[in-house]
Amino acid sequence: MSARDVLITGIGLVSSLGEGAERHWQLFTGGAEPVVDRERFAPYMVHPLPAIDWGLQIAKRGDQRQMETWQRLGTYAAGLALDDAGAKGDEALCGEMDMIVAAGGGERDVTVDASILAASETEADTGVAINRILTTDLRPTLFLAQLSNLLAGNISIVHKVTGSSRTFMGEEGAGIAAVETAAARIRAGQSSIALVGGAYQTEHPDMLLSYELGGHLHRGDWKPVWSRQDSEGGGVVTGSGAAFLVLESREHAQKRGRSAYARLDETFSAAMRRGDGHAGAIGAAIDALAPAAGGLLAISGVSGAHAATAAEAEALASRPDLVARGFSSLTGHLKEAQFPFAVAIAAMAVRNGAAPAPFAANERPFSGTPGAALATTIGYWGSEGLAIVTRAE
Amino acid sequence: MTRHVDHLGRPIVAVTGIGIVTSLGVGKADNWAALTAGRSGIHAITRFPVEHLNTTIAGTVDFLPSSNRGASALTHELAETAAREAIAEAGLPANDLGGPLFLAAPPVELGWQDRLGLYRTVGEGNGYDRLLAAARAANRRDLFGDSQFGAIAHRLAAEFGARGLPVTLSTACASGATAIQLGVEAIRRGESDRALAIGADGSATEEALIRFSLLSALSTSNDQPEKASKPFSKDRDGFVLAEGSGALVLESLDSALSRGAAVIGVVRGCGERADDFHRTRSKPDGSPAIAALRAALADAGLSEDEIDYVNAHGTSTPENDKMEHMSLSTVFGARMRTIPISSNKSMIGHTLSAAGAVEAAISLMTMREGVIPPTINYDVPDPAIELDVVPNVSRRAEVRTVISNSFGFGGQNACLVMARDPL
Repeated sequence: MSARDVLITGIGLVSSLGEGAERHWQLFTGGAEPVVDRERFAPYMVHPLPAIDWGLQIAKRGDQRQMETWQRLGTYAAGLALDDAGAKGDEALCGEMDMIVAAGGGERDVTVDASILAASETEADTGVAINRILTTDLRPTLFLAQLSNLLAGNISIVHKVTGSSRTFMGEEGAGIAAVETAAARIRAGQSSIALVGGAYQTEHPDMLLSYELGGHLHRGDWKPVWSRQDSEGGGVVTGSGAAFLVLESREHAQKRGRSAYARLDETFSAAMRRGDGHAGAIGAAIDALAPAAGGLLAISGVSGAHAATAAEAEALASRPDLVARGFSSLTGHLKEAQFPFAVAIAAMAVRNGAAPAPFAANERPFSGTPGAALATTIGYWGSEGLAIVTRAE
Repeated sequence: MTRHVDHLGRPIVAVTGIGIVTSLGVGKADNWAALTAGRSGIHAITRFPVEHLNTTIAGTVDFLPSSNRGASALTHELAETAAREAIAEAGLPANDLGGPLFLAAPPVELGWQDRLGLYRTVGEGNGYDRLLAAARAANRRDLFGDSQFGAIAHRLAAEFGARGLPVTLSTACASGATAIQLGVEAIRRGESDRALAIGADGSATEEALIRFSLLSALSTSNDQPEKASKPFSKDRDGFVLAEGSGALVLESLDSALSRGAAVIGVVRGCGERADDFHRTRSKPDGSPAIAALRAALADAGLSEDEIDYVNAHGTSTPENDKMEHMSLSTVFGARMRTIPISSNKSMIGHTLSAAGAVEAAISLMTMREGVIPPTINYDVPDPAIELDVVPNVSRRAEVRTVISNSFGFGGQNACLVMARDPL
């Protein structure tokens, strides 16, 4: 035990299942059914946002209007995490709080884009048409409402988190690096409290296009995340959601008199070579982080993407002591938020001394009380992240 | 056992390699010659049609093989070119960096040429349904990478032999400085002996120009492009969108000395503070910028009196230059009237995600060469901004320490303190 242990003292979650850490834990242990919208983006399916009363975390309607859904979602989930950590509204505390946001962005104006695409078929000079349409039809403030670093900007404006503000980009890797960097800074005494997390709003055709250019989206009947290899498409079903964590040094949390969900121990991140050998490399990384000992709960952010999912499944299967829970079966793939979400569930499992119920038929029951849990995120095209969380005391 | 530590007992972080590309050219030699001659790289846009646009000038980089291949390809080539120069100067193997990579890059989406090309590959349907149908019909791995924010850094990490998961980051106009800060922090934590920090931005597309234009952020002085960027002048009317890249090889001083590498300078301190006031405007009292400046000085263990030169953010927008002057005057007091300060952006425009890294590179060259590049186009001084902006002509001066400012849209402020001598 050290004064610079990294404790998880706040969790803010949103997914198609609902909102809040406690609500998610009830659903995960109670055997929730996935919420799937099969129509709106057919032939693809998505796990859509639940109904959210934005005003609960973003008081000013003016602020809400300045954000597209993705920024609003992240700002909302950040508020949930701050609330959960007893930090919301504490301007002195938020004023010293560091922040690393894992961000995507780019909720483009679908109507404007469609008119440019249409004009390209009738107008001789497409370049001039692009200029004309963008200049006249683009809403001036949309740029800011979808810009990557403006999720963090809005969290500063709405929740007054201003110690520092960094935005990492790059799909799941952004969330992995955000958690790892924030934790490393706390362990080294470079920071004492940090808000870290990400959000993803998938209900936008350009968001689906970025997966489908690589042939990654699942089609046909809905199936659990591990069981899509023989189906049409590439295996990923996306979801809208967000996960934010408050990470804090033990000393800082004790001074505030806050209890913690869990301690965030070692993390691992990599950009592994994909293809042959990927499963072995993932397995070796897991072995290095969590030597085999009894039963270990593995909260997996597995994406469903065929190759990466097969590699992760093989790595997990090579360790009979690991009992996996692939939460994307319930939430869908949350992209930048995937790793923070995995760490959050792992922390809740440790705090509650229980494992989530199996999310799919091939997931084994977990017997015993988890004193530690492994969180994994193997990205759909690149980036690997692992973390171990253990009991805080 | 770390031998060379700073005032807080942390490893001293040296710079052993620099690379730079701007609209003025490729590499340190060409850029330094142009910067000290007070030459502008801003020109009329030829990359795309300018009909209907209010601003028709930019500091685009038009002379690389990827210059017309879209923002993602150009950002990659800019980053790669600067990194190669930096790694070569550091005397490190070209493919075995052995440390982490931090890339400041714009959030580049699939460009219009690619979207239109994809659209044409199928004959039916409209809008995004048709784009998705086209993607479904054919594997478009060629476009997939361009639509993934992490792809450029992953390719660079593989090429240069970086360790671990590369970090792609965006703190708007502060991004380049944040990349350097992340590298400095990693070395101070003892995670690595060295790190590669790159800021690169090749995203001066028609859409980026229009988006900034709609926010009234850009200069419309189209008639004389080279005169358009005029930081601290009374008639300044916005920034000039530009492209470029800067790369630094950061290394613990111990590591640099032990392998006999030449030390160009050191990064002594980093400071940051977020603004909670508004999405594009900074807090009227300047408190976030002031806090970032003070945090950087404290981190460097230097007092206000020990800064010889300020490398300004100096965007040439009415708002930034006023706020920057006020913040600096608050921190440095009456001495601010006599500390030389200049804006590289007067010549190269605002390279956005790259700016912090480009300007850190130029700051280090400023100290090495003992010459301060000027603020050009300073013809009509703003009486409300009383500063020695090194007007129009470069100046010989002994510069031992620099503070370089980066203040971003969205409230991200970062300042770097660099010093010429390691100890």
